[in-house]
Amino acid sequence: MKCMKSLKALHHQLASSTAQIAVLENGTDHTLPLFSDKLRAEELYPLRPSEITIFQVNVGKMCNQVCKHCHVDAGPDRKEIMTRETMQLCLDVLAANPSLQTVDLTGGAPELNPDFRWFVENIRQLGRHVIVRCNLTIILSNKRFFDLPQFFREHRIEVVSSLPYFTQDRTDRQRGDGVFDASIRALQLLNEAGYGMPDTGLQLNLVYNPAGAFLPPAQETLEKEYKTELLKRFGISFNQLYAITNMPISRYLDYLVVSGNYEQYMDKLVRAFNPAAAHSVMCRNTISVGWDGQLYDCDFNQMLDLEVACENSRHLSTWNMAALQHREIVVNQHCYGCTAGAGSSCGGTVTK
Amino acid sequence: MANHYYDAADLQKFTAIGEYQQELADKFFGWYGEVFKDSALTAKEKSLIALAVSHAVQCPYCIDAYSADAFEKGWSETQMMEAVHVAAAIKGGAALVHGVQMMNKTKAISM
Ligand code: SF4
Ligand code: SF4
Repeated sequence: MKCMKSLKALHHQLASSTAQIAVLENGTDHTLPLFSDKLRAEELYPLRPSEITIFQVNVGKMCNQVCKHCHVDAGPDRKEIMTRETMQLCLDVLAANPSLQTVDLTGGAPELNPDFRWFVENIRQLGRHVIVRCNLTIILSNKRFFDLPQFFREHRIEVVSSLPYFTQDRTDRQRGDGVFDASIRALQLLNEAGYGMPDTGLQLNLVYNPAGAFLPPAQETLEKEYKTELLKRFGISFNQLYAITNMPISRYLDYLVVSGNYEQYMDKLVRAFNPAAAHSVMCRNTISVGWDGQLYDCDFNQMLDLEVACENSRHLSTWNMAALQHREIVVNQHCYGCTAGAGSSCGGTVTK
Repeated sequence: MANHYYDAADLQKFTAIGEYQQELADKFFGWYGEVFKDSALTAKEKSLIALAVSHAVQCPYCIDAYSADAFEKGWSETQMMEAVHVAAAIKGGAALVHGVQMMNKTKAISM
């Protein structure tokens, strides 16, 4: 029987961010060069923001899936959820900071937050571009979500969805049995609503994550292959493919350790360190907001409880743009995941 | 001195062959890099060919490297095993077709 529980519900040692950081900093039997030293050699340390334009909000850790690589440790048993009051604080920050042009909503499955639609409507009223990290299967999981494609369309939301591969075996192995078929059906529904279709301007972008302990192949070639295969096999169209490197955090870290792949994977990331990618890591133009309103440099730091190094602006209620703009970004060994090869961010590879 | 042949860690030291002859090593790695780029054949197709050839030449380093590479590039386990069977079939066939030479020779020296 498949385990449908989060590490937290299992009282797993790696449910604790301290334990995860200990593995990352000390390895299992050998240590790696420090990420901060790599940045120093590039004269990038301490790492500082460029212009902050993306406001990423994690509206809760509840999810209808329990993917093996999930860096959030999300699942049906996770109860952390952003309240409407905290969402209001987000809206206040957005209203006061016009440079925050894009709001990137993530989770868990963000749609499971009962105030999700209210939040989206209000962000759109402020004229901001909204991205939703939709896991696809949520659309078919309950009839109250069947109209999500129409809701997305009505608010011109950009949809970004993970589909680890265009074949069932790899997708289901990573994301759970039946996920592939449900994802394909959901993509067809999004296409029917105009998403990913020419001339509608409704953006449907897919995410490739390696289904194992390896790095993604070149994004451009993979995108061509995805487009050909998804169209041929299922009549599906989409806009862009983002090839993302799995971060050695949470359930993916557990997978690496248990499968004996941790050391070789980290070695691979270190060997693939790309200075050009280090210049464009996403924490430089993003602020990540936790379900409870705490501020982080990125979603990964959020899951490791590494709060922004900005004492007077660590929560939405004390938001100080100038201070955040001048802060030092907190880096650690997991950051090698962002700088390997062509680099990796929520928007795919960062170098050409 | 090592007391065994083949060490998995040696694969990572491949580029160190330049230590004894840098110029030729550079030429080899430059050419090697070009060979595996997307061109008339895709890098993905080349990876599967390399996997098959690595079995034919029975190089454990190449088998490791191209098992990982072919899987990373999106070939399934079944496709990879079929490529190995193609290599094996060619190897088996190549041995067997020399049986004709054996037969020719045998016949030539028989009464
Ligand atoms: S990766 Fe996404 S869909 Fe999968 S469990 Fe995590 S939050 Fe849910
Ligand atoms: S993990 Fe976060 S802090 Fe580290 S480089 Fe990536 S985006 Fe920046």
